[in-house]
Amino acid sequence: MARNFSIQRQTGFTTIAVICFVALYAPIVILVVYAFNSGSSIANWEGFSLRWFAQAWNNNQVIEASWRSLRIASAAAVLATIAATMAALATTRTAPYRGLTFKYAFINQPLMVPEIVTAVALLIFFSRIKVATGYSGLGYLILAHTAFCIPFAYLPIRARLEGMDLTLERAAADLYATPWQTFRRITLPLLWPGILAGLMLAFVISLDDVVITNFVKSGGQDTLPTYMLGQLRRAITPEMNAISTVFLLLSVGIVTLFFFISRKQD
Amino acid sequence: MADAAEAAKNRERRDLRNRWLLSTPALLIILVAATGPLLIVLLYSFLAPGPYGDVKWQFSTDAWVSVLLERDIFDDTLSIADAHLTIFLRSVKLALGTTLLTLLFGFPTAYFIATRPERMREVWLFLITIPFWTNLLIRTFAVLEIIRNEGMVNSLLLDLGLIERPIQMLFTDFAIMVGMVYVYLPLMVLPLYASMEKLDFRLIEAGYDLYATRFKVLRRIIFPLVKPGVIAGSILVFIPALGAYVTPSVLGGGKNLMLGNLIELQFGQGRNWPLGAALSITLMAIVMVALLAYVRNAGSSEVRHG
Repeated sequence: MARNFSIQRQTGFTTIAVICFVALYAPIVILVVYAFNSGSSIANWEGFSLRWFAQAWNNNQVIEASWRSLRIASAAAVLATIAATMAALATTRTAPYRGLTFKYAFINQPLMVPEIVTAVALLIFFSRIKVATGYSGLGYLILAHTAFCIPFAYLPIRARLEGMDLTLERAAADLYATPWQTFRRITLPLLWPGILAGLMLAFVISLDDVVITNFVKSGGQDTLPTYMLGQLRRAITPEMNAISTVFLLLSVGIVTLFFFISRKQD
Repeated sequence: MADAAEAAKNRERRDLRNRWLLSTPALLIILVAATGPLLIVLLYSFLAPGPYGDVKWQFSTDAWVSVLLERDIFDDTLSIADAHLTIFLRSVKLALGTTLLTLLFGFPTAYFIATRPERMREVWLFLITIPFWTNLLIRTFAVLEIIRNEGMVNSLLLDLGLIERPIQMLFTDFAIMVGMVYVYLPLMVLPLYASMEKLDFRLIEAGYDLYATRFKVLRRIIFPLVKPGVIAGSILVFIPALGAYVTPSVLGGGKNLMLGNLIELQFGQGRNWPLGAALSITLMAIVMVALLAYVRNAGSSEVRHG
């Protein structure tokens, strides 16, 4: 047999893999490059300029939608992470008990239903409540986002908890620490990387949502993604590329941070 | 002795109560803003449409009948609703096509990552994960820019003199498929990689020692071993692809509807909320069948390997 015969090689696989990586990044790179185009085309390069970033910055609708997105994502991520942390504490490090499987299924339910169906369901439900109570603020969006962020926040927190044994907590209890002291001084510090990871995942997921937001929002409650969806149906200028570039930078920044935090855990 | 047993039992009971209390917020939020409203959708599908959207509170099965049938306005006979059937078939066709294509491209990619040196694997995997966590709308927009009539692909072909006129790719089924393969590829690669990472290469070596060809090794050894990953990836791609809303509405334009767009239409211009509700339940039912098939399959393959 040939000396350099590799048992791992499969004909053509590396080529396809390289094509995939190039294909995954090329459209994004092109999108970012044309954000810096001085012309108003997203296909013909006419020179470098920051004018589209300036235009987006001066566009009140964009700035308002961005703030709204950040406010909703922060609130939903914090609420979802708190609820998910509590739920994770209640569903790990225990012998199976009645209702445990039910809890798993229930917490992961938002992942199993197509987003459009949840969106329609919330539209129906919240429109009733809006009529009944007269309240039409951001609360609906925050509540909806919290619900679908919980399973994402739950995942890393539960994984972290399952890797921790109860020895330290038992030791603390033996030394007469109250349950609250044990949680505050032992469990929480150990769990912290998982909570942080969950918080970041929830934040990114909320920030990215289009479908549910689009159905739940009242008039004048555009988030950045729903604003962009509306604009895509009109003539597109590099302003969209500029907005997308800033948005991408934020998401990639958070995900990179997540990558390094979870890498440290190992 | 009896006291100690009693105390232990009490402690156990308290622990269980605490566990329910702790899970209450999460369960309550999901009940109010996810599971509960789904039941309302089921209820709405059995009501009559109101004149300006919403519903009239009277029992009716019209919505369910009109999911697949349409009533002739003149002689009141029922026939198959061609428009709905076309959209159903298109959705299933596009979702299956997307699943197959992501598998075709994703399998070699996952294999490539799994056969890198250990330190490099994390980096390659990270490169797959980044697009997965970036905004779906922005990625769809990136595809739109490339396949537009004035986009990169057409300009390139025109400059090379291969075509005289731009090829109309945007607002076609092809565009939707390209967009979905692009956005869902990471969902296929990640579970495939997870099962390939555990691949025992001694088995492959044994195959070559017994004079198997590369293709035979792939078909008879690698593929059966990573089958759970193939199934998981296919489910993860098929479900969102079937219910896709953003990608078809951006890349498919107003004519090439998928199920998600048809549902939206009933709550917008269509003003037929019960029909929209019935279509939503239908979509959910298809997804549940797919999930159930997956769970049964995963269960049986675990038994076989374990």
